[in-house]
Amino acid sequence: MKTFKLDITKEHCPMTFVKTKLELEKLSKGDILEVVLKEGEPLENVPKTVIEQGNKVLEIKNIQDDIYLVKIEKG
Amino acid sequence: MADKKKISIVLFSGDFDKAIAAFTIASGAAAVNYDVNMFFTFWGLNVIKKIKHRNAIGKGLLARTFNFLMGGFKNLPLSRLNFAGLSPKLMTNLMRKRNVATLEELINAAIQLNVNLYACEMSINILGLKKDDFIPEVKEILGVAKFLNLSEGGEILFI
Repeated sequence: MKTFKLDITKEHCPMTFVKTKLELEKLSKGDILEVVLKEGEPLENVPKTVIEQGNKVLEIKNIQDDIYLVKIEKG
Repeated sequence: MADKKKISIVLFSGDFDKAIAAFTIASGAAAVNYDVNMFFTFWGLNVIKKIKHRNAIGKGLLARTFNFLMGGFKNLPLSRLNFAGLSPKLMTNLMRKRNVATLEELINAAIQLNVNLYACEMSINILGLKKDDFIPEVKEILGVAKFLNLSEGGEILFI
């Protein structure tokens, strides 16, 4: 089990969840992906779409102002 | 997975802005696990030509002239305010500056997410082109019947 990081704070729709999905595809089951993203559209959509695709969201935490860290376990 | 959602996009237009719309929806849908088919017909074929710049490809003088005038991926005009091809370049710069995915990035994302690309048999015939004139990711050249067959049970968008 490894932990990976992905920063999508500079991305916009649809690249926020496109990049997340492409990154998750590279991982093995059980690996952790920590996605750093902005509130609003990314925070609303990224966790929702990764869950729909059979992954687990372990934690969502506010790390500064409008920036969040979403911890995903690849399913 | 019989219950997988599906969307099929017909790109009839070779306009820069419309191609962006089509590829934004396609890559977004593929990222949220839709089956995505894209059908390129007529001017839309310019987006998936292998040679990205103006080039006189095709069979016959008239077809070659048409293909040269239409150009490829790098010559897509903006549907309004094109200013002889200047606007699409300005728009791409603006998109880069604002960190919005450019058309090239969207197309690459769509390909990486296994969006199915198909080219229309009839328009290819008119323009005297062959499968080899298109990017290798184009899966097949097909007609209406196959298109209907592939898009059955899903949404269809015509852009």
